[in-house]
Amino acid sequence: MSRTIAPPRQGAPATRIMGLGSYQPDRVVTNDELSQIMDTSDQWIRDRVGIIERRFAAPDETVVDMGVEAGSKALADAGLTASDVDTVIVATCTMPAPIPNAAAQTADRIGIKAVGAFDVNAACAGFCYALGMASDLVRGGTANRVLVVGAEKLTDVVDPVDRSTAIIFADGAGAAVVGPADTPGIGPVAWGSAGDLVDTIYMREHKYIYQEGQSVFRWATTQIAPVALDALALAGLEPSDVDVLVPHQANLRIVEAIAKRLRAKGAREDMVVADDIVYSGNTSSASIPMALDHMRAKGQVRSGDLALLVGFGAGLSYAGQVVLVP
Amino acid sequence: MSNEEILQGLAAIVEEVAGVDAADVTPEKAFVDDLDIDSLSMVEIAVQAEDKFGVKIPDDELANLKTVSDAVDYIVKNA
Repeated sequence: MSRTIAPPRQGAPATRIMGLGSYQPDRVVTNDELSQIMDTSDQWIRDRVGIIERRFAAPDETVVDMGVEAGSKALADAGLTASDVDTVIVATCTMPAPIPNAAAQTADRIGIKAVGAFDVNAACAGFCYALGMASDLVRGGTANRVLVVGAEKLTDVVDPVDRSTAIIFADGAGAAVVGPADTPGIGPVAWGSAGDLVDTIYMREHKYIYQEGQSVFRWATTQIAPVALDALALAGLEPSDVDVLVPHQANLRIVEAIAKRLRAKGAREDMVVADDIVYSGNTSSASIPMALDHMRAKGQVRSGDLALLVGFGAGLSYAGQVVLVP
Repeated sequence: MSNEEILQGLAAIVEEVAGVDAADVTPEKAFVDDLDIDSLSMVEIAVQAEDKFGVKIPDDELANLKTVSDAVDYIVKNA
């Protein structure tokens, strides 16, 4: 007797982002405050990384706490309730330990019971990786609606008096709900890695983030615009189609360099470029959904705008895709 | 390409990247101490110089290019 596995479940013809949400801790940390505990200044920080202020989580505030806040807001924005979601993915690289993961408890605390839940660690590229996976899960029929969260507490892994990192990294969360659509609202993901450059960003003595500033800057300012162009090509679009560019908010100078390269390839001068880092710092996997949510709240982007997302970071890893703003 | 042409090309890059007047980019000037160029701008200058002059300027070599003449000499030798 032959045993056969039933054919795959029928997936959705396309996917879209249904809602966005973000969360930042209450505590605002200014450059002047940091200048009191290390050798730096407001002007030095603005010149090097473009940050004016950032948010630090409270000592007892966790990655999951922040993810729950952002995820709940994204659900509400999508007009959905917890029972509408069947999969939760949390992109994070700052859980205090590898076990347990963030996704199962994040789901449970939002009230999403017994769903598929797992974490993705692609560092600052994590959100775009998770978004790509969520979209394919829905297209493949494994999931119907996926909550994708990027949540980070980088202050746990930063030497508080190291001026090369402590001025950059911050805490927060961003989230998006991915669901089925008749026409594509999320383009194919362009992703990849450069493991040969692993030594440029790592945890020194398993405690604090270290990065080779010049090497990472060179890589990000030269190798990431081509990834963004690949994402556009996979979606059958041209640089001139992009309304909003949302690179990972690593450093304002990297963001501007990527925008400049895309404009040299035909992106419009009036393309809106995310600069959320100025008041949020670098929040790793949270930065892209947080920036998009903030920009929409401020009216800088509107529902239906075509946004080009591109994340990049430790690994080194990178990923990008085109989405329609919900 | 002559040393003078390389100097002019480099000065144009420095002006574009760091906003330093090209006329101030003279051989004896130090990038950091005299022209006030930071480490990230040095990377941008190196990337553009690589494209313009067909050289490779890795980060560890970049660290040794203290003055404008250091950079011109490196490009002459490696182009």
